[in-house]
Amino acid sequence: MMQHSTPKDIGSIDFGLMEPEEYREMSATKIITADTYDDDGFPIDMGLMDPRLGVIDPGLECKTCGKHSGSCNGHFGHIELAAPVIHVGFTKLIRRLLRGTCRECSRLLLTEDEREEFLGDLDQSRKLGRDLNDVTKAAIRQARKKDRCPFCGEVQYDIDHEKPTTYYEVQQVLTSEFSQRIAGAMQGDEEAGVERTTPDELAAETEIELSRINEILSGSFRPRESQRKAIEKALDIDLTDEDTNKLMPSDIRDWFENIPDEDIEVLGINAERSRPEWMILTVLPVPPVTARPSITLDNGQRSEDDLTHKLVDIIRINQRFMENREAGAPQLIIEDLWELLQYHVTTFMDNEISGTPPARHRSGRPLKTLSQRLKGKEGRFRGSLSGKRVNFSARTVISPDPTLSLNEVGVPERVASEMTQTMNVTERNVPEARRYVTNGPEGHPGANYVRRPDGRRLKVTEKNCEELAEKVDAGWEVNRHLTDGDIVIFNRQPSLHRMSIMAHEVVVMPYKTFRLNTVVCPPYNADFDGDEMNMHALQNEEARAEARVLMRVQEQILSPRFGGNIIGAIQDHISGTYLLTHENPSFNETQVLDLLRATRIDEPPEPSGTDEDGEPYWTGRTIFSELLPDGLDLEFTSESGDTVVIEDGQHASGTIDSEGVGEFGGEIVDTITKQYGNTRSRIFINEVSTLAMRAIMHFGFSIGIDDETIPDEAEARIDETVADAYDQVGDLIAAYEAGELESLPGRTIDETLEMKIMQTLSRVRENAGDIAEEHFEDDNPAVVMAESGARGGMLNLTQMAGCVGQQAVRGERINRGYEDRTLSHYKPNDLSAEAHGFVENSYTSGLSPREFFFHAMGGREGLVDTAVRTSKSGYLQRRLINALSELEAQYDGTVRDTSDTIVQFEFGEDGTSPTLVSYDDDNEIDVDAITDRVLDSEFDGEGRHEFLEAGSEATNLSEHADSRRMDRPGTEVTSDD
Amino acid sequence: MTESRSAVGAGGAPGNGYDVSDDVVAVVEDTDLPRRLKDEVYGTVESREDVTVEEADEIARAVEARYLDTRVDPLDPVGTVSAQSIGEPGTQLTMNTFHYAGVAEIDVTQGLPRLIELVDARKTPDTPMMTVYLEDEYATEREKAHEVVWKIEATKILALGDVSTNVADMRVQISLNRDTLEERMITPEEVAEIIEDSLGVETVQNGAAVEFGPEEPSYRDLLQLVEELREITFKGIEEVSRVVIRREEVDDGEEFVLYTEGSAFGDVLSIEGVDASRSTCNNIHEIHRNLGIEAARETIIEETNDTLKEQGLENVNVRHLMLVADIMTNRGEIESIGRHGISGSKDSVLARAAFEVTVNHLLNAAIHGEVDDLNGVTENVIVGKPIKLGTGDVDLRMGSTGR
Repeated sequence: MMQHSTPKDIGSIDFGLMEPEEYREMSATKIITADTYDDDGFPIDMGLMDPRLGVIDPGLECKTCGKHSGSCNGHFGHIELAAPVIHVGFTKLIRRLLRGTCRECSRLLLTEDEREEFLGDLDQSRKLGRDLNDVTKAAIRQARKKDRCPFCGEVQYDIDHEKPTTYYEVQQVLTSEFSQRIAGAMQGDEEAGVERTTPDELAAETEIELSRINEILSGSFRPRESQRKAIEKALDIDLTDEDTNKLMPSDIRDWFENIPDEDIEVLGINAERSRPEWMILTVLPVPPVTARPSITLDNGQRSEDDLTHKLVDIIRINQRFMENREAGAPQLIIEDLWELLQYHVTTFMDNEISGTPPARHRSGRPLKTLSQRLKGKEGRFRGSLSGKRVNFSARTVISPDPTLSLNEVGVPERVASEMTQTMNVTERNVPEARRYVTNGPEGHPGANYVRRPDGRRLKVTEKNCEELAEKVDAGWEVNRHLTDGDIVIFNRQPSLHRMSIMAHEVVVMPYKTFRLNTVVCPPYNADFDGDEMNMHALQNEEARAEARVLMRVQEQILSPRFGGNIIGAIQDHISGTYLLTHENPSFNETQVLDLLRATRIDEPPEPSGTDEDGEPYWTGRTIFSELLPDGLDLEFTSESGDTVVIEDGQHASGTIDSEGVGEFGGEIVDTITKQYGNTRSRIFINEVSTLAMRAIMHFGFSIGIDDETIPDEAEARIDETVADAYDQVGDLIAAYEAGELESLPGRTIDETLEMKIMQTLSRVRENAGDIAEEHFEDDNPAVVMAESGARGGMLNLTQMAGCVGQQAVRGERINRGYEDRTLSHYKPNDLSAEAHGFVENSYTSGLSPREFFFHAMGGREGLVDTAVRTSKSGYLQRRLINALSELEAQYDGTVRDTSDTIVQFEFGEDGTSPTLVSYDDDNEIDVDAITDRVLDSEFDGEGRHEFLEAGSEATNLSEHADSRRMDRPGTEVTSDD
Repeated sequence: MTESRSAVGAGGAPGNGYDVSDDVVAVVEDTDLPRRLKDEVYGTVESREDVTVEEADEIARAVEARYLDTRVDPLDPVGTVSAQSIGEPGTQLTMNTFHYAGVAEIDVTQGLPRLIELVDARKTPDTPMMTVYLEDEYATEREKAHEVVWKIEATKILALGDVSTNVADMRVQISLNRDTLEERMITPEEVAEIIEDSLGVETVQNGAAVEFGPEEPSYRDLLQLVEELREITFKGIEEVSRVVIRREEVDDGEEFVLYTEGSAFGDVLSIEGVDASRSTCNNIHEIHRNLGIEAARETIIEETNDTLKEQGLENVNVRHLMLVADIMTNRGEIESIGRHGISGSKDSVLARAAFEVTVNHLLNAAIHGEVDDLNGVTENVIVGKPIKLGTGDVDLRMGSTGR
């Protein structure tokens, strides 16, 4: 049977309907009993759990393929439905077909010419990749216009569709009370000014014989259609009644069977794959048990899958239907049962049809049937097929470790010995492989499994490890534990950009968290307040090579979003470099060596000078210069506002802060990465962060409440400005109430007042900030952080020391709460500052209860906003990715999708990479500088050649390629980089 | 798209406008540089004195080497990268629908809602607006500029005078303000005529007073008429409810620029004094209708870029926005990003089913007898095959001896 051979490689997938015969053919068994298991717990033959449908209980054997649970995919069965039922998914199409085809000869109600035209349109749409439905809908609309079949001449009736699965034919027939209606109309209506009509006049007008008219009036003769129409016209009345005739699925099936193949092509239906009558089911396929496994509860009771429950219902009704029909039950009962069967089959396919009560579980929970299994985020498509669960993955809490390189990740031993790498044993690594196996599954660099050359997989246990180790030889495979230097993939959700998934080198460590260097927090957007991250061990050499070359952290230093570095010094690193370079302090030799101890520099550089005692000293900038590559020339403005000059790798002046080495486009990091390559940049970032940590430890850095407290005198000044502003607001309100306020263009007076008050009050905070700032020393830690760009800004300081300021909800002063006032503490319609959420206190002085309440209102809005935003932007991102995911730059420079449609002839109009060219540069290439260098003939021979050719980067070797080989003692001291 | 590597001196001699020798042109044109870089090389060579051909060649080659270094790698999945680059900062955008753009007087949708609106290609934006530039004297003289304003801004009756209802006589009485009428260049006669045309009533016009009433005395009709009267646009464009005039600095002095609330781009372009070459509108569909698909593409780029800039995310590379705009306009009409646009018109059934409305796509595929050839990304993830993107798209293999 076809389903037994599972294809290894899928070339393409054909979609179509299946005909009943095909269902029967692929069925392993017909299902006739609604029962599942017998009293002994064995599946009943021809029941829903028939062993021919596959097995789920371990130990049993499938009666169709002979395989055991796990390897048997299961086999379909079938139910012979007692009467045809409609497939809910196709109700709209069925309606369309009923309306568009002849009720007698089933041909499409279009003339040959019309048909050809629509076929042509369809072809065109298909070629242009447009929606075919537009054409098919137009064709049906055209067909519906016909009231007679162009082929057999039969009169066509309207089709009514009662959702979800009932169809009626609506006929206009002569009403039974025609004689009364005619007589009534002939009486005339004096009020409306309609005259009486005599039978003679009627006869004359309708050209019907008088005797006939009399017969009609007496009700003994039923007028023919033409006569009816004539009378209707003459008397301006309606003699018809709607007669609805229910179409049973069997009728529809017969109708559809006669539709010729050529006709349905116009409707976009592929007759070869999908005949319309197959939309009405006569046989219902029964999914294999493997698709609806039953679970055994703790108490030994079996709990069946939702689908099984639904199938039980279907079989029960089906049985009853058949019994009743055989017993010759009245039509009414048969129809009821038919409807019930339709309901069960409908809900089996889709349990969320509007207008139909969903089938429920005993507990009242709606059943999850076929459609529900496919749909939505957790459905088959998005939940199981587009996103799969994987082996060799780990997840745990992360914590910082500044001693690691940014390329590394600290992996807990527990994780390292659970996840393995396959090692192919050759003559050259036999001893190494044996050592892993000898260590067993418990010892750290050990092994969990081995595979013999004959393909047999053996578990390494504490007991057999010694013995196995001796057997291991070339040709074996060893699944060894992760060791230092292995490459793994590391990820933090939400994975919003490619830097959310990067490759790291393993450093096995004690304890139970993943350890990261803090500089990789920005790309992952990670912090250590309990964040968890995922790790994936790679399982083949190709993947490992790709990860190492393309995904390693150092390869991701530059962000493609803005073309600058996304990895760089953060927070305390910035404060550290700021303290080290801002006032350019001096250090003695011991201090210098301490500062540089975690870098490659072993010897202090040339001293910057000697002090009074003749002792040599080194300045902060000199020390920082040690980290810079030779030949680096750079000039930029720092965050703190001074100009940083770097000449030939020597830091001459300026403060190194977030603009220099920070994470989002720090100039020095950015330039080093672009000019000296990723490896040099990695070394630089690692060293800057360690130097900065040493520096900040040297100076000491802490913040306390005293750092945000200002003298009483300043406090008084702030109070004064606040009082001032209150007066101004009072004046504004007075002017408003006196009607003297002039409105701004395009604003009402109320809006103008609000805007002016807001302006006045926001000025208060500014002034308070300025006053507070005057009283902060430059070495105040909060000021250092704000000025260097390490964390926080002057606003935070202002709010802590000066005044918290106006609280806002929806961009306005707080205006909600009670009728005409925010709180019952205020008079109605009080427009003053304090009644609308102005907080005049600072965080240090403490908020009054009312201020605190307003502050909480503002804060809450922020929280709600964030929650709404994440879901909205998540969906935006999903749509963008889905729409753009197939675009790829080609060798010829064009951007095409996977069906080779050209979207851009040159990416971004000039083909330059957004990673390598900063967003604000029109042109990364400095033609002028190149010209200078060429003209000055700086280079001769080799140098010149290198300069002229496109640079090629070194391959990506492991950071510790040499020091971490197992057979080396690895005890000698190596620097971090 | 700018011409890049192909067109050598399309239209006239290459190195147009630069005083360089033909030999220099020859060596520079020989490189794979894009036009702008070639021009820059010419400019640099021109500004230096006595650059030899050899040196020019070296300069050109050095620049070329740098340029090739900064090109996108072949097989780079630029689409995904662009999508991520726009989507990732989405979390940092504000949700505040209303905020003030460059003009404080006009509220414009900003932040995430605006970005979503653009990507959705909504038929009308939440807050349509236009920026209307003026030409010649209209741009420099306030009076002239105001003339254009009155032609654009919809003038309602309340702006022209006072309306009162005389219940006793069942009349609506309008007393027009002479000054306003003069300023807005409309006569009482015209006002009366417009009222007659649009309400179908007889009016009595006497100087600045216009009076009319319902045909048959009915209190309801009277009020109805007043309601309808308020809706009439006497002058200007109905869609434009407000125009703000601003004086802006330009290179050579100052000019008046109009900002409108509401948009009717096609109508505005034909008004005298409007500089059609600079005026824009924030409705991409209006731009598409009036200026074509390339202009629409440009507007999508501009609008997304402005939206991000307004939120302090100016550091998103335009190239990403270009790609989004390009895919939205690729078929010659504006397609939205999502179920009703690009994602819904994919070739692959599985890709569509995996995005949204799963079941319907599968059922329709069955009816139409569709075949999924598994070329795209999502489909191959589903069936578990390598994706034809990036390293998965490389056919070249190393070291297969074939044995």
